[in-house]
Amino acid sequence: MRLQNRGIWSTGEPFIWLTGGALTMALLLVAGLIGLIFYNGMGFFWPKSVARVTFTDGAVMTGQIVEREPLPEKPGQFRIKLKVANRDLYGADFQWVDEARIARREYPPDVAVIERTEWGLLIGTIKDVRDGGRAIAVGGAAGWAEVQKRLAESERVRRQIRRIEKAEIGAINARQEGVRLKLKGLGLRGITSGPQVEALQAQLGPLQDEYQRQAARLADLRKTQSITVVVAGDGGKEKELPLAQVVSVQFPNSMGLVAKTADYVGNVWSFIADDPREANTEGGVFPAIFGTVLMVLIMSIVVTPLGVLAAFYLREYAKQGAFVSAVRIAVNNLAGVPSIVFGVFGVGFFIYFVGGSIDRIFYPEALPTPTFGTGGILWASLTLSLLTVPVVIVATEEGLAAIPGGMREASLALSATKLETTLRVVLPAVMPSILTGLILAMARAAGEVAPLMITGVVKLAPTLPIDGQWPFLHLERKFMHLGFHIYDVGFQSPNVDAARPMVFATTLLLLLIVVFLNLFAIATRNRLRRKYATSAV
Amino acid sequence: MAGLVSVAEGLHAPTSQGTIMETPMVEIEKVSLWYGLKQALKDVTMSMSKQRITAYIGPSGCGKSTLLRCLNRMNDLVDGVRITGNIRIGGTDIYDLAQDVTELRKRVGMVFQKSNPFPKSVFENVAYGPRILGVTNRSDLEGIVERSLQGAALWDEVEDRLQDSALGLSGGQQQRLCIARAIAVEPDVLLMDEPCSALDPIATAKIEELMLELKNSYTIVIVTHNMQQAARVSDYTGFMLLGELVEFGVTRELFTNPREKKTEDYITGRFG
Repeated sequence: MRLQNRGIWSTGEPFIWLTGGALTMALLLVAGLIGLIFYNGMGFFWPKSVARVTFTDGAVMTGQIVEREPLPEKPGQFRIKLKVANRDLYGADFQWVDEARIARREYPPDVAVIERTEWGLLIGTIKDVRDGGRAIAVGGAAGWAEVQKRLAESERVRRQIRRIEKAEIGAINARQEGVRLKLKGLGLRGITSGPQVEALQAQLGPLQDEYQRQAARLADLRKTQSITVVVAGDGGKEKELPLAQVVSVQFPNSMGLVAKTADYVGNVWSFIADDPREANTEGGVFPAIFGTVLMVLIMSIVVTPLGVLAAFYLREYAKQGAFVSAVRIAVNNLAGVPSIVFGVFGVGFFIYFVGGSIDRIFYPEALPTPTFGTGGILWASLTLSLLTVPVVIVATEEGLAAIPGGMREASLALSATKLETTLRVVLPAVMPSILTGLILAMARAAGEVAPLMITGVVKLAPTLPIDGQWPFLHLERKFMHLGFHIYDVGFQSPNVDAARPMVFATTLLLLLIVVFLNLFAIATRNRLRRKYATSAV
Repeated sequence: MAGLVSVAEGLHAPTSQGTIMETPMVEIEKVSLWYGLKQALKDVTMSMSKQRITAYIGPSGCGKSTLLRCLNRMNDLVDGVRITGNIRIGGTDIYDLAQDVTELRKRVGMVFQKSNPFPKSVFENVAYGPRILGVTNRSDLEGIVERSLQGAALWDEVEDRLQDSALGLSGGQQQRLCIARAIAVEPDVLLMDEPCSALDPIATAKIEELMLELKNSYTIVIVTHNMQQAARVSDYTGFMLLGELVEFGVTRELFTNPREKKTEDYITGRFG
């Protein structure tokens, strides 16, 4: 019998190319996406040079060149987008300019880019520095020298003011609120006079005195903030900017590579560590990072025991039959439910029912203001743990199925009870699978936004869920989340153009956090696998 | 029969099938077992002597392992099992409702066909049983582990590898580890279900040598499909066929002068 020559099909090469090609395409898509985010995200922090553009009709425009695209009506010609900033002076942050209209382009070294606490960036040249209306330094060079002298002090005073407002006056307010609530609680039980009431009211007096004292301190500090900087923009417009509002001043056109790199690192750090400003379009994302990580941690603490115990019951203790199969099918299907449905369930059950009951029983004096009967980090974490529990159950069950039955028999033959077998032999051996489930759960939870939007995430949270006041972890507080932040900054902000680069940076940050969480869990799993090498899950 | 060497020495001659002139340790009386509707054991009656090795031979599916697993109630783990009859170990009825199963399994240890060490270190494997029984003192545990590993003829090979994973040992070493693990709780009876079937001849020889030593401290019951092995190590042998105990007696007698025709057919290889 002669062997048929089937040509290239007999070597199996087409299939190798097909499978290899499919994998390559997938990898390219992922790499391309990550590369795009990386490039745009990291590019956001690089200090851009400022161009001064003179038009053919003599007008002048100063700003950073952020985009360049071909004109649709006139092929071969281009237009550039200038970030002129100075929203309070010009009205619009960005301007499109036809290149054909440009006569001259310069990069003057004395143009300053000033980051401030309101109205975004200020681009212009320093004219003079005043103290209470009286000029103390005139001209660009002298003005800059004066600003440099005073900027550190101004920053320190600003931080002190914020600290007094947030921490010290905040603590006084919290205590006053506590006393008020206790009085209301007594009132609800019919006690409106007597020693208890008087003791509480006696506390209010000293608190009020303390408040006045701190307020006076604030007033004194504010009086020292009398320095202003006068900055000249285009078209003769000027802005007198209080030094207290200045975050940083830079001259990008005269910065060398080293200075720009140092500034870049500084920008990255302040993005991660600072609070947001101006409706989340400026400043940093630290509260969102904090909220995301804390929520994922709380969710992990809840979902792991829940999922593991359920999987153990399904696999080890329940009598295998039609009922258990039905439960298993239901659990698997739960993984396919749209996440917004979990959000709605979270609102209805956790917030209204459970939260409302908690409020009625434990916090009646605060009503009608809800404490737990509204969105908060606890309910958001619980909702997400429901969302991810099927993943943990399935992964743990797979791990349990992979443990050879002989191991359990050996343990029982050594006079162990079923519980001892489960705890001493099965549980350590299934740990790698449990961690697999946890990794998958964390990855899914870090990316879900829809259910969070209705169970406790807000655009801007005034405080973090963890702070210095008892009980330190405030589970009823609303929080910020990176995923929601991306949505909010990208699509809900008043100034989408200004916000767009920030969306990339925030996306990159979220990716990095998820990768980091996963790497940590994977490293732990690998260490456990080496110790308990039985299954491949 | 050429080639069969009986190592059973100093025994009393048996009188009739099923009765022994020595101290009975395990007494099985008219035991029948059903897996659902299928009857796996039919009216088995016999005695096993203290500190002797008793072997069961027979073709696959004849019920040897089932009978063995009755002795430490491992059949309780199977759904739909029904047992009638009486089994007494050391005088007490093991199926008595007042009997605590875990207490029984301390007295009756088991070594399985496929070695199943836990995915822990060698030390932790052997110390597992004593820990369950409540021994927590580290030096006590170390003493028990050393004694058990020496009793299983494994100590020399693993004494500097106690903290390594047990899964890194060879097949023969793993099986000896399982034996060490079983004798660490100091049972009275040691059940061995085809302990050498997954091992090479050299490892098998080591374990057979081990069994002869262990005989001095434990009553051993071994199930094997290897007739030569039964002839080599056991004092008494029982031949089972289709759930029935066909013949039981001193090993040398059973192999050289079987009373039942079925036994003779099996031993000479005419079937099975």
